[in-house]
Amino acid sequence: MSSDAISARGDLRLTRITKSYGEFKAVDDLTLTIPKGSFFALLGPSGCGKTTTLRMVAGLEEPTVGSIHLGDTDITTTRPYQRPINTVFQNYALFPHLTIFENIAFGLRRRGVKDVKEQVDKVLNLVELPHLAGRKPTQLSGGQQQRIALARAIVNRPALLLLDEPLGALDLKLRRQMQIELKWIQREVGLTFVHVTHDQEEAMTMADTIAVMNEGKIEQMGSPADLYDNPQTAFVANFLGQSNLIKGKIDGSDGDNLVVDLYGQKVSMPKKRSHAVDSSLYAGIRPEKFRISLLGTPVKGNTLTGGRIEDVSYIGVSTQYVVAMPWGQELMVFEQNDDGVPPFDKGDEVLISWEPSFTFGLRGDEDIEAGTEVNPEDLEEE
Amino acid sequence: MSQKLTDATIPTIPVKARFSRWFGRNLLRIYMIFGFSYLFIPVAYTFAFSFNDSGKSNLIWKGFTLRNWQNPCGAPEVCSALGNSIKIGLLATTFSTILGTMIAFAIGRYAFKGRSSSNLLIFLPMATPEVVLGASLLSLFLVFKINPGFWPTVIAHVMFCISFVVVTVKARIASLDPRLEQAAMDLYANELETFRRVTLPLVAPGIAGAALLAFSLSFDDFIITNFNSGTLTTFPKFVYVAAARGIPAQANVIGSSMFFLALAIVIAGQLVNRKKTR
Repeated sequence: MSSDAISARGDLRLTRITKSYGEFKAVDDLTLTIPKGSFFALLGPSGCGKTTTLRMVAGLEEPTVGSIHLGDTDITTTRPYQRPINTVFQNYALFPHLTIFENIAFGLRRRGVKDVKEQVDKVLNLVELPHLAGRKPTQLSGGQQQRIALARAIVNRPALLLLDEPLGALDLKLRRQMQIELKWIQREVGLTFVHVTHDQEEAMTMADTIAVMNEGKIEQMGSPADLYDNPQTAFVANFLGQSNLIKGKIDGSDGDNLVVDLYGQKVSMPKKRSHAVDSSLYAGIRPEKFRISLLGTPVKGNTLTGGRIEDVSYIGVSTQYVVAMPWGQELMVFEQNDDGVPPFDKGDEVLISWEPSFTFGLRGDEDIEAGTEVNPEDLEEE
Repeated sequence: MSQKLTDATIPTIPVKARFSRWFGRNLLRIYMIFGFSYLFIPVAYTFAFSFNDSGKSNLIWKGFTLRNWQNPCGAPEVCSALGNSIKIGLLATTFSTILGTMIAFAIGRYAFKGRSSSNLLIFLPMATPEVVLGASLLSLFLVFKINPGFWPTVIAHVMFCISFVVVTVKARIASLDPRLEQAAMDLYANELETFRRVTLPLVAPGIAGAALLAFSLSFDDFIITNFNSGTLTTFPKFVYVAAARGIPAQANVIGSSMFFLALAIVIAGQLVNRKKTR
């Protein structure tokens, strides 16, 4: 069985995986398929179970319940060295006593590959660091170590490459650059990448498909645009970017649209974008989808009146407004500074409008604060 | 306000204050000089008197000679005692390092029943007075009808060296990132290969340090050895016995050589380390 596992190829399937530590369920009945060749991101706050999931796929932890398949091969209980899966560890875990060349050659030598030198040179060229082959890991910068860790994994051409917060230790500028490079390398080598991160921007930049995890479960899975434009839960709406969630009631329908009553003002939204289960719902609108106009200006689409500019932050590319609504809620509005219109002033009476099709509807019993208390930048991963 | 500052108007620092400032700045340096003098004057004394043209007793300086260094085995029994000490030291080092390293891995890496009590018990020989250990070991050997001599001494040395080896190696294991071993397993190395290619090379400096420590402890030991070695003479025993009627200068030669050997090992270690990290 072990010799089968090492040559297994295909989609990764996790079936009803649970990992318990005593009473605590780090991963709770998780089912997930990661298609071959995709760049998949597991996104969630610290402690959501994403790293545990990754470690179970790598073979460093065993699930309490459930099975893991790679193609048709069951790999649930195989040892890490029997799986065609390699990991880029969070702190790179380069072997400090070996040169860069020997670090990269490590996996090839264990598998008895013949042309070690040729393959190591090739992958060193891919990550553009051929001149570092003779150095020791401690002599490299963080960004260089990151690339060597990646090279050490991809040189084995695994069926699956796991990346555990690989960019977490890099500064912002280097991180942006590595995001683009990682994406490019993934296309170049054509391997399946599974990327674990708490940084929503990183996940959205790189992944084809994102699974948002919270408390050991998957909240929602889809393309970055899907998740951002049509979140199904308040957690997803808040964890990926910012959202305005306004309490409302479904007040009938009009063709493919729902009519929604928001504190006495009627707006409409597409039926298929509502995830409400009864007549109560939260209407969700992203801050950049709102338009602000002075009272009396004719506008199209949904409108809400009675707003008053509470705060103005000019940040160059856009201006961010906080608009106080008559029912006591403060709405966030991002306006592009592209039309020559001078910014509004604090205290201006305004109306807010938006395109009905941008609206998404969440269940009325959602906790609208879910996912907001988490500031990913401040968190250290477990 | 616009009054020009003349030399007389510039406030001068009183001599007393200047001295106390100088003293404050150099206090650490002065302290260091005293500290090192305290540590090294005896060594310097030993070294100097290894060149003494002493004759029978090496207590009074009688003139410079290289004879002692040219003929270190000149004094009766000094080299056979040294040979015994080295033999015992090497054997004790080998066994205690192997056993101690294994214990250190067990305690440092694995959770098992009785782990914390083992951890505590391993310190016990270090905390027990040597006189007590030596005397109890002797009575134990006698109960089992084993006569004091070479092997009982080796066994006794292994016993007290193990604790030091365990403590030293365990510290190194504790500082080892478990992710390195996970990375090795992830890169197709099975348990044995992971240990051989990653764990052991990374723990090796700790093991080497432990072995050096074990050797010097064994070489140096007098009390436990005195109880268990019977008629066998080790180097410390030789010096102790010789002290009664005058230590031959050859003892100073051997003592100094050991000191310089240790110094050379430390310096070599530092150089290798510096080369590695550069």
